[in-house]
Amino acid sequence: MGIGFNIIYNSTSIINLAQGEFVVIGGLGMWYFLEAVKLPFPLAFISTIVVAAVAGLLMERLTIRPLMKKLDLLLMIMVTISVSILIRGLLMFKFGKEPYTYPPFTEGEPIVLFGAVITQQILWVIGITFLSIVLLYLFFNKTLLGRAMKACSIDAKAARLMGINVSQIVMLSFVISAVVGAIGGIAITPISLMEYDKGPMLAVKGFCAAIVGGLGKSRGAVFGGFLLGIVESLTAGYLHSGFKDAVALLILLFVLFFKPAGIFGSKEAMRLRKL
Amino acid sequence: MEIILQLKGIHKSFGGLKTLTDVNMTVKKGEIHALIGPNGAGKTTLLNIISGIESLDKGTIFFKGQDISRFPPYKRAILGMGRTFQHVEVFGEMTVKENVMVGFYLRKNRGFVSYIFSLPEVKKEEKDIEKKSLEILDYIALSHKKDFLAKNLTIGEQRILEIGRALATTPELLLLDEPAAGLNIRETKTLGQLIRKIRDERGITVLVVEHDMELIMKISDIITVLNFGCVIAEGGPLEIQKNSEVIKAYLGEED
Ligand SMILES: Nc1ncnc2c1ncn2[C@@H]1O[C@H](COP(=O)(O)OP(=O)(O)O)[C@@H](O)[C@H]1O
Ligand SMILES: [Mg+2]
Repeated sequence: MGIGFNIIYNSTSIINLAQGEFVVIGGLGMWYFLEAVKLPFPLAFISTIVVAAVAGLLMERLTIRPLMKKLDLLLMIMVTISVSILIRGLLMFKFGKEPYTYPPFTEGEPIVLFGAVITQQILWVIGITFLSIVLLYLFFNKTLLGRAMKACSIDAKAARLMGINVSQIVMLSFVISAVVGAIGGIAITPISLMEYDKGPMLAVKGFCAAIVGGLGKSRGAVFGGFLLGIVESLTAGYLHSGFKDAVALLILLFVLFFKPAGIFGSKEAMRLRKL
Repeated sequence: MEIILQLKGIHKSFGGLKTLTDVNMTVKKGEIHALIGPNGAGKTTLLNIISGIESLDKGTIFFKGQDISRFPPYKRAILGMGRTFQHVEVFGEMTVKENVMVGFYLRKNRGFVSYIFSLPEVKKEEKDIEKKSLEILDYIALSHKKDFLAKNLTIGEQRILEIGRALATTPELLLLDEPAAGLNIRETKTLGQLIRKIRDERGITVLVVEHDMELIMKISDIITVLNFGCVIAEGGPLEIQKNSEVIKAYLGEED
């Protein structure tokens, strides 16, 4: 989730607040293909990814692209919010308000580690997270295309003159982050269920993880994510599980309050203007 | 001699303010062509229009005989136009080697999808490009800094790196915007040699905007003088030095 933010942020400096919806699309899409259409697991997985990729693509082409010329950071962030509301509406229309879930990827006894019970699905989530980071790291640092994306984020003007089609790169970054988000959604749904309006909460948490760990850094996002997760479960365990979600918001506010320059600071705004 | 770049009747205004007025200019293949003029004459604007960062109001640009007036910048780069900036724009958060490697992006011969499905080839390509990038770093004498972050180089080194990055795109025409700005005398001399070497050994045509008259007189074959957005003179270094209008407009300003 946090990683998803970072991909788009990395290559465009846009903070995509509809990122949470991609996760929901992942979870609900997987349920749809698996339980309603009754596709086998691999096919359902691939179909979900394709749907998410198309959603990311459409979002970029229809909303971000036409605005790219205006170069208004705040405006674009607002647009991502409207997209998020729109997707939520569509999802509610299709799936209704009830939560959905499907069986974990693998059946089996949970593992007990230091007195904590860890289900196999959690291991899947952790495994997939790490795999995503490794793959994204390799992509951004060891391939021509990934490096071009990185170059775009650092200096789009110069990147353009290096023969890089910036608008194609922006589109690609939306698709990749939609896919990464959807994979996350597919993995967490058996654990935490998924309903149409879970996006914003997930977005806040992911955003929070990304910011706590340092915007623009995948490893940071994961670290932030884990930190958040630990704090959350501690809150749930010691205080009340109702406070769980509030914690994410509190941390976000806290970080924004004390390190606002890191997010909407002039440096980031300038980077966007270069696009 | 063959013409590589031709500008015909270029006009450009910014909010009613005329920056370029009817600029006509021809750059011949294999020449080092200098563009000089006082500050604010419109030199950078002209380079921006040639490379496609700014659109033009009126006029036509021919590159290698093709009308590219409406091409986006990346297409012009693919056609063989490289460029550096007056205010250095290296990819600061990337290493020197990576900066050059980005330059090879446009010569890639694969689509998006193949990045997912042909790992061995991507790996081979990566090796290949790394090797070529190191060759370029050797060529511009920056190998010893290859793993430094670009932002940690001196201004002089960053300017040289920008040239190296542009070379990686295998340009036929290289546009340099004040490459000697902020360089000391020794660095400027090295830069002059590098520009000559790029033209002599690689046959790359160079269009260079520069204020350092000594450098200009030494390296250029032909000089075009721009003043208030108009071409006021053109000729060889000696001719230009003697031209009274140039002295009045340009050298006069420097006292
Ligand atoms: N994007 C722009 N918007 C408004 N005015 C501009 C812009 N770019 C250049 N100018 C104006 O055009 C004139 C020429 O600038 P420039 O091309 O940078 O000159 P030079 O490179 O010869 O010093 C200047 O008066 C400058 O203020
Ligand atoms: Mg200038």
